[in-house]
This record gives sequence, C-alpha cells and structure tokens, in this order.
Amino acid sequence: MVSEKDVQHIAELADVGISSEELGTFTHQFNAIIEYFDTLDRVKGDPTITHELHTILREDEIEPSLSQEDVLRNAAAKEDGFIKAPRVM
Amino acid sequence: MPVHTITFEPDDKYNAFLTICNKPTHTEGKLAGVAVAVKDNISTAGIETTCASRILKGYVPPYDAHVVGLLKQAGAAIAGKTNMDEFGMGTTTENSAFGPTLNPCDTGRVPGGSSGGSAAAVAAGMVRMALGTDTGGSIRCPAAFCGIVGLKPSYGRVSRYGLIAYANSLEQIGPMGKTVSDVSTLMSVIAGYDRHDTTSRDKPYSHTPVADIKGLKIGIPQEYFGQGVDAQVAAVVKKAISRLEELGATTVPCSIPSMEYALAAYYVTCTCEASSNLARFDGVRYGPAADTKKSWHDAYQEVRSAAFGTEVRRRIMLGTFALSSGYYGKYYAKAQVARENIKADFNRIFRDVDVIAGPTMPTIAFKLKEKSDPLSMYLADILTVPANLAGIPAISVPCGKSEGMPVGLQIMGRMFDDERVVDVAYAYEQAVN
Amino acid sequence: MADAEDQVIVGLEVHCQLDTKSKLFCGCDTDYRSDGPNTHVCPICLGLPGAMPSLNKKAIQYAMKVAKALNCEVLEESEFSRKNYFYPDLDKAYQITQYDKPLAEGGYLEIESDEGGERKIRLTRIHVEEDPGRLVHMGNVERGKYSLVDYNRAGIPLIEIVSEPDMRSPKEARKFLNKLRATLEYLSVFDSEKEGSLRVDANISIKGHERVEVKNITSYKGVEKALLFEVTRQKNLIRRGQRIERETRHYLEARGVTQSARSKEMENDYRYFPEPDLRPLRVKSWVDGIVLPELPDARRERFIAEYGCSLNHARTLTGELKLANFFEKVVASDKKGLSTLASTWIADTLIGELNYRDMGLDKIEPAAMTGLILLLKAGTITDKSGIEVLRVMLDEQHKGEAVETPEAIVSRLNLAKTTDDEGAYVAVIFEVIKENPKAIEDYKTGKKGAMNFLVGQVMKKTRGRADPDMLNRLMIAALEDCGAVR
Repeated sequence: MVSEKDVQHIAELADVGISSEELGTFTHQFNAIIEYFDTLDRVKGDPTITHELHTILREDEIEPSLSQEDVLRNAAAKEDGFIKAPRVM
Repeated sequence: MPVHTITFEPDDKYNAFLTICNKPTHTEGKLAGVAVAVKDNISTAGIETTCASRILKGYVPPYDAHVVGLLKQAGAAIAGKTNMDEFGMGTTTENSAFGPTLNPCDTGRVPGGSSGGSAAAVAAGMVRMALGTDTGGSIRCPAAFCGIVGLKPSYGRVSRYGLIAYANSLEQIGPMGKTVSDVSTLMSVIAGYDRHDTTSRDKPYSHTPVADIKGLKIGIPQEYFGQGVDAQVAAVVKKAISRLEELGATTVPCSIPSMEYALAAYYVTCTCEASSNLARFDGVRYGPAADTKKSWHDAYQEVRSAAFGTEVRRRIMLGTFALSSGYYGKYYAKAQVARENIKADFNRIFRDVDVIAGPTMPTIAFKLKEKSDPLSMYLADILTVPANLAGIPAISVPCGKSEGMPVGLQIMGRMFDDERVVDVAYAYEQAVN
Repeated sequence: MADAEDQVIVGLEVHCQLDTKSKLFCGCDTDYRSDGPNTHVCPICLGLPGAMPSLNKKAIQYAMKVAKALNCEVLEESEFSRKNYFYPDLDKAYQITQYDKPLAEGGYLEIESDEGGERKIRLTRIHVEEDPGRLVHMGNVERGKYSLVDYNRAGIPLIEIVSEPDMRSPKEARKFLNKLRATLEYLSVFDSEKEGSLRVDANISIKGHERVEVKNITSYKGVEKALLFEVTRQKNLIRRGQRIERETRHYLEARGVTQSARSKEMENDYRYFPEPDLRPLRVKSWVDGIVLPELPDARRERFIAEYGCSLNHARTLTGELKLANFFEKVVASDKKGLSTLASTWIADTLIGELNYRDMGLDKIEPAAMTGLILLLKAGTITDKSGIEVLRVMLDEQHKGEAVETPEAIVSRLNLAKTTDDEGAYVAVIFEVIKENPKAIEDYKTGKKGAMNFLVGQVMKKTRGRADPDMLNRLMIAALEDCGAVR
C-alpha cells in the first residue's frame, strides 16, 4: 500500500510532477496496479538468467561525428557552440 | 541512382498521420515507389519525430533509424509518420497528445494501439504498407481491431537502432499491411543484422509465403479461450482454427501456466525500462525549452509535468517505484525470472506442436473513451504480452467479424521461426479469399 | 602493527580515461581537447532518442590488462548497468557503468609505506564506465546563472579502480596514486598528460569516527593537499569534542579546502538495473593470453641490477614511463660508463630544472643529455658548468630558439675546464687576495668558509671553468707567499 505522500515523493523522484487534483485518483489507481504487480511474489525459479548472446564487441575505429550544427539544431538554447542548460543549484 | 518523386495526398479523415510527406522521393528496388508509412517513434532524418508526445514536438532527428535506411535502399517512398499512443504506452491510440486515431471500420471506435495510426492508414487504403512497433501487442492489437495483417518479429531479427525506446528488452519494429504477402515483403526488407544494435541477430528474412500447412501441429492454449475472452470473439477464432484443420493441420490442446503472472511481468519490465528511457527528456538538447533562468531541478520538473501525458507519467512513476531502493529484487528481478518460466513453458509446448493459435485480443475494438481505468486497459494485453516476454514471433491475420467489427487470429511460433508463422497466416488468408 | 588511536584511514576511488581511439560506446574520435565544443558527438554519445550503445573491444582489452597487472580476479561474467540520475552533463539521464557484476575484483598495489617498508594496498574492484559531458558555469546574479554544456567528453571510456581503506596517511594516498598512474602508463592504456584524464574521490576517516567522502580531486598534488586539509579539519573537530558528520565534501583546488556538498548526492537512489541494450561479457578466458610489459617494480629492480642505480634514483627514474625510457636512451651507448652520472643528473638535476620551467621531458633530446654526460665524465667541464649548459639548452627550447648542442655551448661560452694554464689563474688569485683583505684576515684567524669564499671569488672571475682542487692548491700556495699563514 502506498500513500498519497508516497506517490508525491515518487513523482518528485521521477521529476514528472503531480497536481493536487490528480493525487487522489492517481494514488488509488497506483495501488491497484502495484497490488497486481505483487502477483510476481508467487514466481519461483532460478534468479540467474543466462543470456544466449554475450561478449558482443566493436573494433576501436573512428567513425564520423555529427557536425556541431546538427548537435545544436534541436536545442532550444545555445551559446558559442555550447548547449545552454539551467544552472544546478 | 536515379531519384523519383511521387505525390502523396491522402484524405486522412481518421487522423492516422501526424506528418504527411506530400512529395516523397524514392530510388529503385524491391519496394520501388511503394508509399510506406512509418510509426512516429521511429527516427526519420529531417522529418519531425514526436512519439505523439508534446515533449518531442518539433524534434527533427539528424539520423535515420536503421530500418528507415533499409526502406530507402529498397526504393520505398516514406509517405509520412503515423499517430500512436504517446511513447507506445497504450492499447487504443487515445493516449496521443495530438488526438486519437479513428478506426476506419467504425469511426466511433478505437483502432487499437499503440500503432493505431499505421493500422488505420493501411486499413483505409492510404498506404499499402506501414511500419509499427510491438512492445506488448502494439502491432497485433491494431491489426486485429482494424482488420489487417501485422507481424511482431522474433526479438532481435529487426534492428531497433533509431526506435525511440520504450521497453528495450520487449520491443520490435514490425511490418503491417492488408495482405500477408505484403507483410512478408516488408519483413524481407527490414529484417537482418545491424552492428549498431547489440541485441540484433544475424537472421535475415528472405521468404515467399507458402500456403501448404499439411501435417502442421497447432497448439490451442486453454488460457486463450478462458473467461476473460469475449464468447463471440472466441467462437470466430475457433471457426478460423477449424479452417486450418480442413487445410491439413491438427490441433493439440495445451496450457501455459505461467500466463498467470505474464501481465505483471510485462508491466513491471516495461515501466521500469521506460522510467529510465524517458528520463532524458528535459528540454535541454531537444524538446520544449527548459527555462534556463530557473534552477535545474525546477526547470526539469516543469518541462516534464507539462509535456508528458497522464499515462506516460503514470508508467514512469510505476517504473521509478519498482526500481527504487529495496524493490529491485521484488519486482524487476522477479519479472525476469517470470519471463524465463514463460519461455520454458513455450519451449515445452513447442516440443509437441509447431505453432500456437488463439485470438489476438480478448474483445473487438472498444468504443472511444470506453476504457478509462488504467488497470482494466492493461488487462486487454493479456493475450499479446506472452510473445513479447518470450521473444517469439507472432502474427495477427483477420479471421472474421463480431458485431460487425474485425477479429484477429493470432499465430505464435518458435523463436526465429517467423517464416512458419507467416505461412500459417498465409494459408488461412488464401483459403478464405 | 595495530593502528594508533587517532589513525588516519584512507581509501581511494580513481577514475582514469582509457586511451582508446574511439569512445566507449560509439565511434567518435576521443581526441577532443583541441577542438570546439560539441564537435566530437554523435547520436549515441549525445543520447539522442533511439540511439544504442556498441561496446569498444579495445576498452575492455585495456581494462583487462590493468586487472591482470594489479593481480585482480576477472569475473566469469560481468555486465553493464544503468546508474540513473538527472544532471545536465548526463545526456541519457543515466550513466552506463558496472554495478553488481564488475569486470574484476580483488587485487592489490604495493607502495612504500610511511614507516619505510612496503605496504600492500588491497583493491576492491575494477570496472569500466562512460564519462559524462562537461559543464561550464556562466552568468551572474543579475542576468541569472546558467550552465553551458559540452558533450565532447560524454562517452569517453573510464576505468574505475576502487581501493580498500588501506592507506594510512595523505602521503600514502599520493604514493598509491603515483604508483597507479605509473602502472597504467607502463601498460600504455593511459596518458597522464591529458588534462582531466584522472579524477579521484577519497574516503577518509580518523579511527573510530565517521567516514567523509571528498570528491572532485583532479590533480595528483590535490589528493595529498585535500586529505591533509581533511585530517586537520577532522582532528580539530574531534579535539573539540564534536561529531564528524558522515558526508560528501568537494575539494576546491584554488583555495586548498574541502567544502560540504549541499547537494542531494547522499539521498540519490540510483535505481540500478542491467543495461538491456548490452549483453554480458565473458572474457575471463582472455586473461591467460594477456602479455604484460615490464611494470614499474620490475623495471626499478632492473635499473638497480643492470645500471647500478641507487634505490632512490631507481624509484624516481621508474616512477614515470617517459622518464624511465629517457634514462635508458641516454645511457644506451655505454650503460656501465654513463649510468652513475646519468642517474644523478637526470633524477636530481634535470627533473628540477624542467619543473622550474614548467617544461615536459619531451622538451629535451636524449642525445643532448648524453652529450652533456659525456663532457662531465671526461672532465671537460665542472659540475657548475654542466648545470649552466643544461639551463642554456632548456631556455633556448623554451624561447623557441634553435637548441645548441652541449659541445657548441661549451665552446661558445668558453666553459671548458682549463687544467694546464695555471699561470692565468695565479694572476686572478693575486687579484682576489688584493681585493679582499678582510677575507685574508679571516683566513689567518682560522675562520671557516674564508677559503671557500676566496676560491669562490676566483671561480666567479673565471666563470667557473677552473678545477676546484687545482684552485685550492694554488690559493694555499699564493696565501703562503703573501705571508698569510694560518
């Protein structure tokens, strides 16, 4: 069982935000889904998964990069070839 | 190579397309001049790619997905980008930030999801072929709901490089078309090894469908005809399976006990992977501008809460929760064990049968806005997710109608046995047409 | 020996950039430092939606060389994981690293302990991960502060080496770091001269008290300084009866202090899970086939045995790969004959002169050094002249002028020792005696240093060319002549 406070905390951890109007319904739905997830508690088996494919490697060779223009093209804010981002406090 | 141009001006009254390329160019090849629609979560260089989300509105990729390159090499004309549930999260295409797509068979109903736009474009005859993606049924569901053919290839047969990731360990790009033959042709173009996708397999597809299924053994799982499946849908599918028996196949009852937790394993896996895949959308390198005057954390949260839809936020939160400290063993790790059990069940069944048949979806297409509760929406995926969890190939082919709406017959096969799955669908299709 | 009550305990986490041609997960050229921002970036390292990682074989080969050299146990199967957190320089909002199944575990590195013997510093693990991009902070209070991001560095391969808390002082930490750096250089997997190629996080505690993590140390000297500051800070707190907070602090290089990190770093839940786009690594079988080059310890022993170097000189000379190579090139033509002089002149003199001018070893040709050693060995010049010749060569190089050979310099500045023209010296000696009556008085009264002073004055006038022993002899004779007897 998760509380509204827990859901608020998860929304902050994931940085997706949740409005006060949504919180009630969201929490209710969230709990129903998590309860469904708990079906997995009944799963039995060896936790070590063996992958068929392994050790896939690439030779150390240089390939062309994007032009600076292409890198910056979709960025909303840029300056002198850098991409502008909000300052981390 | 000479370059040609075609004109593409469809009457898109179903909102199937998000971007239409009116004068697409093409070269020569197997698909010369064929207009192919591409789902909007597949990167197309120079063409806006949004995943039907506001957080990617205006994003123009500087590179083509591997399969888009293959389409171009084969002479296809990229007709446009199709509508979908935002980031692939949904079963109805109602979760698109740019309006739902309507089902051409009944515009009061959904086309299915998340590749609803691609399905509608094909069903309405706007294009002959389309690319969709299937994470938990997103090709097969809209194929069934719209009455067309859709194939989810074996995991690894088609490169995912350029597919905007939702759930990396589950999804595949796959072909959709009106006929099995077209789906098979499109598959032959897109399948094959790509060194940029470490999970891709060296298993090219160069098969022409064969209608002969004499001696084929078909497994009929009891879980696919249980109480969760609409009686009429079940009846239509059973009739289709009898047709296959008339063509020389034999049926064998079987059971997939691990289906009990298939849905939970699916939703845990996809929400965990999605919560990580979608964390990069912060409005800095692409997307709606982050307010650089705010602090990083505030700006980041602002962009995401405004531009992600409700279902996307919900799944990101579920995934964040399931991966958070202390929960990994309980959820994600357990889900992978569940997947191994499901694979084992299928392996066991495939010792005695060649393919497995059943309905693609438990019902016909829902009415628009009919499904509002998320959990009940998730439950609709119950018949499609097992193939994604196990990685095996699965196709949906139209097999009749219920209440006037199309019903899909689902054929699943052994890992990398896509050719056989296509053949069974082809045999059925040829027999009834 | 049991630890003292206020024993300092240090563990290090060292990140080194592996010197591959292309990045860890894509083919972008790693040589980005002299190019503009965001010019060594592709969809993969920019983290564009849809791009997928592709693992560089060389990076794994290099990391395995390190694992073998440090006596680690390579795991049967290792895998990559996602470390999820949000930061503008982390363009996928996760770093692809290795979490519960690293490349190798265990291992050790031996260093010279503070007490003089050897201390084995055990390692916990070694793993491979990608470097994030680089943030530059801009703006001011009025315009608003913001960050500028350059993703050239994003995706550069890093090797992370984690030690057990086995070091017992800031000095030992510096020694560990130097030994590690040298080992990586010897393996040709790391270029220590590249700016920012090495970063250190240190964990330090005083026995019985909480552990403090110090991040953001980017220089070798910085490690010792940061830790010395911490030791003082912590010991002061303890003396005042205060608690040591278990926290993360940042090292501020310019001020030489550590500062508490106000960030949420301690609260970060990284939500690790295996990277679904990569497959596990099974490379343990490669270990046997890895041929290690001669490593620092072995080379040190060889320098002692083959060249007759003292332990200290051998340690210094083999402490850096380039220096060791330089030494061997210099003495190659006559190992037995040149080694003694070369080890002193290179380890003691050359290094000092280079450091003083902030010049690298690549600024002097081994042949030039050999030439100088030969002149010294033949007795053609004095030690003092030798230093002058060296300085002239380095200064010419520094100013960008043509660098003369040692012989040319000796000739031009007339530095050759003149042992036969004693007559010329006698004249200078009498001049000096005449000019320095006080010194003569000091000499008569037996004052120490008077003799040296007088001889020094002669050396000054003759530009140090004369053989000191000869001058001493002539000076004593001249003083006797003047009646200046002790």
